[in-house]
Amino acid sequence: MIDWADTVWRLFTVFAVLIGALLVAAGLIWVERRLLALFQNRYGPNVVGPFGTLQVVADMVKIFTKEDWVPPFADKSVFVLAPTIIMAAVLLSFAVIPFAPGFQVVNLNVGLLFFLAMSSMGVYSVVLGGWSSNSKYSLLGGVRAAAQMLSYEVFMGLSLMGVVLLAGSFDLATIVDAQARGIWYVVPQIVGFVVFLIAGSAETRRLPFDLPEAESELVAGFHAEYSGMKFGMFYVGEYLGITLLSAMIATLFFGGWSGPLLPPFLWFVVKAAFFVGLFILLRGSLPRPRYDQLMAWGWKFLLPLSLLNLLVTGAVILAMA
Amino acid sequence: MSQEHDVVRELQGRFGAEALTFQPTADAIPTLWVDKKRVHEVLRFLKYDVPLPYRTLFDLTAIDERNRADRLNQPASDFTVVYQLLSYERNADVRLKVPLAGESPSLPTVVDLWPAANWYEREVWDMFGIVLDGHPNLRRILMPPTWVGHPLRKDHPARATEIGPFTMTEQKEEEEQEALRFRPEEWGLKRRSENEDFLFLNVGPQHPGTHGPFRIILQLDGEEILDAVPDIGFHHRGAEKIGERQSWHTYIPYTDRVDYLGGVLNNMAYLMPVEQLAGIVVPDRAKVIRVMLAELYRISNHLVFYGTFAQDLGAMSPVFYAFNDRERVIGVSEAITGARLHPSWFRIGGVAADLPQGWDDLVGEVVDFLPGRIDEYEQMVLQNSIFKARTQGVGRYTQEQAIEWGVTGPGLRATGLAWDFRKARPYSGYEWFDFEVPTATGGDCYSRALVHIAEMRQSLRIIEQCLKNMPAGPYKSPHPLTTPPLKGYTMHDIETLITHFLGVSWGPNLPVGESTYTTEAAKGANAYYVISDGDTIPYRIRIRTPSYPHLQMLPEIVRGFMIPDLTATLGSIDFVMSDVDR
Repeated sequence: MIDWADTVWRLFTVFAVLIGALLVAAGLIWVERRLLALFQNRYGPNVVGPFGTLQVVADMVKIFTKEDWVPPFADKSVFVLAPTIIMAAVLLSFAVIPFAPGFQVVNLNVGLLFFLAMSSMGVYSVVLGGWSSNSKYSLLGGVRAAAQMLSYEVFMGLSLMGVVLLAGSFDLATIVDAQARGIWYVVPQIVGFVVFLIAGSAETRRLPFDLPEAESELVAGFHAEYSGMKFGMFYVGEYLGITLLSAMIATLFFGGWSGPLLPPFLWFVVKAAFFVGLFILLRGSLPRPRYDQLMAWGWKFLLPLSLLNLLVTGAVILAMA
Repeated sequence: MSQEHDVVRELQGRFGAEALTFQPTADAIPTLWVDKKRVHEVLRFLKYDVPLPYRTLFDLTAIDERNRADRLNQPASDFTVVYQLLSYERNADVRLKVPLAGESPSLPTVVDLWPAANWYEREVWDMFGIVLDGHPNLRRILMPPTWVGHPLRKDHPARATEIGPFTMTEQKEEEEQEALRFRPEEWGLKRRSENEDFLFLNVGPQHPGTHGPFRIILQLDGEEILDAVPDIGFHHRGAEKIGERQSWHTYIPYTDRVDYLGGVLNNMAYLMPVEQLAGIVVPDRAKVIRVMLAELYRISNHLVFYGTFAQDLGAMSPVFYAFNDRERVIGVSEAITGARLHPSWFRIGGVAADLPQGWDDLVGEVVDFLPGRIDEYEQMVLQNSIFKARTQGVGRYTQEQAIEWGVTGPGLRATGLAWDFRKARPYSGYEWFDFEVPTATGGDCYSRALVHIAEMRQSLRIIEQCLKNMPAGPYKSPHPLTTPPLKGYTMHDIETLITHFLGVSWGPNLPVGESTYTTEAAKGANAYYVISDGDTIPYRIRIRTPSYPHLQMLPEIVRGFMIPDLTATLGSIDFVMSDVDR
């Protein structure tokens, strides 16, 4: 017997999350441009539509109607495939996020692992994109991306293990529940939070971690040869990435949907939006480190730090028990 | 002055009086003619053996003498190669000239004495067709490799209308592209080592990190730069050749465009030798007005330097703040001169017009506003730890190297040498002002940024003094060669009317002679070497720009660093391609 009400609700969640995420990513482009403009004493897009909000629509129309061009020297199939991977991987990650009690596409008991796995998939997109372009700049960008994202993934995973220990589960809904009953994990896991924030933004390849595209050095790095909607997918993938990361920070360290007075979903949005703003501010304020400095900092500082955090968290939990 | 004559005595003592012919010039730089067989040893002597040696090859150029009407009893010569050396110890220059005969002359290279001679000699070959025997890579530098002829020869046409319409066929396009293909062997580079193949990365001429159409080919092992081959000339507009067809007056707007960030600093560099040649004494008010505007443009240049440098290191925002502030500086210039980036506002003998009413309020606003902003930049950029990590110890050169390669300006001061032509050889009234010459000791990218910041503060000091002590008086010299001449007396006597009429319609005839003057432009020492044949147009104008040697040195300082360091170094040496290519 099919539970129609349940099926409809599930279908609704799937489409709501999918369309919602894409809309948020598109809206973010506008938000980021306006915010950066505000930080930089400029206006930003303010002509198309009210406050320039329709700029994104205009850009989309443009990017969709551009010639779908593949450079003759590129490896065609991989070149076309690469940008779709990141979009797919990031969108899939949204499936496990608990936006509000019961509002979640799928409640996996390994939700956190699923998120980490999907973010690893994103690396393929960038590396393959850089490799298949068959251009030296793209190649250098791809190589940088591979090194950077693989390294920072390690600390990203490790930094979250403290949270897992505290909640005793990989299930994101359970982690939120545990925080709603007790204390937000940002307090006991402040180190984990900071490491996750840094590693996460390295995963999204945004300033100060935009080495794979490093405009002033590699022109556009791994996506130098991309144009039209294929470039658009990398772009949307990046903004989806920020949204996802902010949502994960809210979920894992700031109690997810929990909070007084306001409805749970709104709490979630407020928390995630705050971190989105923080990422934009970071982009507006920091220069870019050098490739070897980034690596050294990651392996020599962040890795020991996250291991130490894990050790201390484990020891404290043991002692308390 | 006595030291300058010392060098003549020293040279004649060593090589004999008959080996060297003295030539008087309007600029009082001791100028000596040497035979091409002896020039190498004379230069070697001046660089190594003379007490207080001339360690910098300041400029190396040539003159096509074949059309010159009045050579002032100089030795017979079809082409003359000119070396100008600079000694910081003596605070003096010396100029050596080598007469060459025939249509395809040659003389020995001096690259073994100064590595910096490399590009200068290539330019001499490119522009004049003078062969430098023994030069390691004598190929065109400013003109395209497929160019026919040598543009600065007098028989080479100066206008496109003289050489027939330009066509670009498909075949020609392919040939041109093929000519630009990089072949490592031609530059003595290997394609592979024992164990690995090297990657040759073509950076530019269109690249966001190269500050204009500059091309550099990198030999890479991973991201490490093993060697680099710069390629310039994409911004070449023939500024020197244009000088040979413009009147002395109408050449001024072309100078603005040589260093397009320097504005009136270019006018200053051009007019100093011209006025020296004409014997014009500029009135005090004009001098102070010039200094004030020059310093405003120095600040404007340094703000661009600062913003783009941060941008090169990946910081998005500083460039917007810097350009916004520069907008204020340029706004002042706009109110005074009517133009923003290319004011062309200095005139032979003064400036174009007196200061407008209310100029002092405008300048005062900038002087009050900028110091706070500069402090803020210092905090935002210079104290940022990522910025420090990216720039400290990167792109470093020693004071020795800087002197050897002809580095001047902030790049030289960043190695600890407090040398500023405004202080060392004050001109245009700089001796009246109280300011310091900021230095740093690292010689790296960070030190260069430090010096730039400190210089902005000093420039503000100078502007403030201009504001408080602006002298009264005329803004233009009453000298008859002042252009356009003052009109006051034209309705009273016919001679003034005639002079005025000629000066305005044909332009002034400058007296026969040669003159150069080294000024401290925003990026370093800028010197115009002007030669007058007594005509209304210059016989030859040579522009020695600071960016040229700075850029030439690049491979030397980026070897062994990584690609991001190249961007950092490029950002820190403060050059623009128009200043390199002219």
